[in-house]
Amino acid sequence: MATQQTRSLARFMIAPSVILLFVWMIVPLLFTLWFSFQQYNPLNPIRNGFVGFSNYALFYSNPAFLSSILNTLIIVVSVLVITVVGGILLALLLDQPIWGQGIVRILVISPFFVMPPVAALVWKNMIMHPQYGVFADIARFFGAEPIDWFGQHPLTAIILIVAWQWLPFATLILLTSLQSLDGEQKEAAEMDGAGFLSRFIYLTLPHMSRAITVVILIQTIFLLSVYAEILVTTNGGPGYASTNLPFLVYQKALLEFKIGQASAGGVIAVILANIVAFFAMRAVGKNLDK
Amino acid sequence: MARAVTTQHKTIATAAAWIVALLIFFPILYTIITSFKSEQEAIQGFALIPSGTMESYAEVQAQSGYFKFFLNSVILSVGSTLLAILIAVPAAWSMAFSPTKRTKDILMWMLSTKMMPAVAVLFPIYLIFRDTGLLDSRIGLTVMLMLINLPIVVWMLYTYFREIPGEILEAARMDGASLWNEIIYVLTPMAVPGIASTMLLNIILAWNEAFWTIRLTTTNAAPLTAFISSFSSPQGLFWAKLSAASTLAIAPILIMGWFSQKQLVRGLTFGAVK
Repeated sequence: MATQQTRSLARFMIAPSVILLFVWMIVPLLFTLWFSFQQYNPLNPIRNGFVGFSNYALFYSNPAFLSSILNTLIIVVSVLVITVVGGILLALLLDQPIWGQGIVRILVISPFFVMPPVAALVWKNMIMHPQYGVFADIARFFGAEPIDWFGQHPLTAIILIVAWQWLPFATLILLTSLQSLDGEQKEAAEMDGAGFLSRFIYLTLPHMSRAITVVILIQTIFLLSVYAEILVTTNGGPGYASTNLPFLVYQKALLEFKIGQASAGGVIAVILANIVAFFAMRAVGKNLDK
Repeated sequence: MARAVTTQHKTIATAAAWIVALLIFFPILYTIITSFKSEQEAIQGFALIPSGTMESYAEVQAQSGYFKFFLNSVILSVGSTLLAILIAVPAAWSMAFSPTKRTKDILMWMLSTKMMPAVAVLFPIYLIFRDTGLLDSRIGLTVMLMLINLPIVVWMLYTYFREIPGEILEAARMDGASLWNEIIYVLTPMAVPGIASTMLLNIILAWNEAFWTIRLTTTNAAPLTAFISSFSSPQGLFWAKLSAASTLAIAPILIMGWFSQKQLVRGLTFGAVK
């Protein structure tokens, strides 16, 4: 029943959202692209001007750049492995009949609602502090030397914090998917004598595969841009040991005012995100066709 | 059930689930416990029973204008959510009820803006905010948070609206309802639960947003994310105070979050997992 009138009304109703998002995302992005070919320093404007690809070259030759890409990927992959494997195990556990299921669910989901700076500070000071943290207390209890997490293993520490924040999300999504599994199918498999492991591999895992894909994709989007956790705990250090790409771009742009290089880094971050987005869109898009 | 659940099985599962759940919840629990300790107690080693003093809360309130930050968080998260709803409802509405060939493409494009890394536009946005005087202003940040969450809001509303049966609209139209009456008396009551869920999730997301809220504010518009981050350079030991501030910062959103588990799944998976 789409008449000319309703069609133009529809366009009118959609327009504000589309225009706002377009202006917000595309215009600054074009600026970034432009800056990435410029020498631009607000503190030293005399030397500003077009420099071709030299920002990319500078960014590339900077040892911090390659390590930041590597750190970005290490954070994404490690957190994904921990949260997906942990999430599947937790979802299987919470799917069992247990007393107090509601409360258990609430406890498990809670970390997801903690704002990143709070999560990072609590872990940094109260859990991982080499002298007064709970981990140090535990280590001393067993007669071991407490670990200096942020001095010795900064990236591992950040991965642990971020994984703690995202494990609830993975668990919740996977549990939701698990609970939509047809009970009769499970029973039939059981009647046929399928053990727990073969039921899991041939029935449960295929059923959850879609949810697992979604968890991986959505987390990847957020994990590519981990920022507050690094800012609050290690500030990227020691050296560049825990600097990821977003943090490096932030440092170049707002601390060193090397706008050209920062913009080149930004463009690279966009390319990285787009590779992920390509797969994400296909997965979500399939769902739309149903 | 073909098989009765044995009590033994249930006991083991319950014990395991509770142990894991408490371990996961522990950092939050310990923060709450520490907030009721004195600074002296807080660094005296592991202890689960606090003395119950409220002095940290009193100090947090007295110093650094804690409630200004709290208020900013409320204004920014609620304001940006309302604004996003206002803009997104018509869009989601028309996409759900009169979809065209391009509806899917528009939805996908909106989603793709969400995947753009924020750092890529950090400097241009920073410049624009600085030159228009929006830096450290509540209005600027409200608009910013609105834009960040707009794709999710449109998507969530779209998935909710799509479940409203179109026949009801036709029936109302047959009964002679005008478009306006249709919207007010038929559609709105059916859409309210979806809109409420969307708002809940987006207030949570806006409250916890920790990139733009830290980078685009200094004092006036700074919400709790910026306030808490200012604790990151330690001048002495202040863990009880940090815990009290943290507890206050996460408590309201934690409680809201508990009520929004289902919407969370739906909203953050864009309807892909229900």
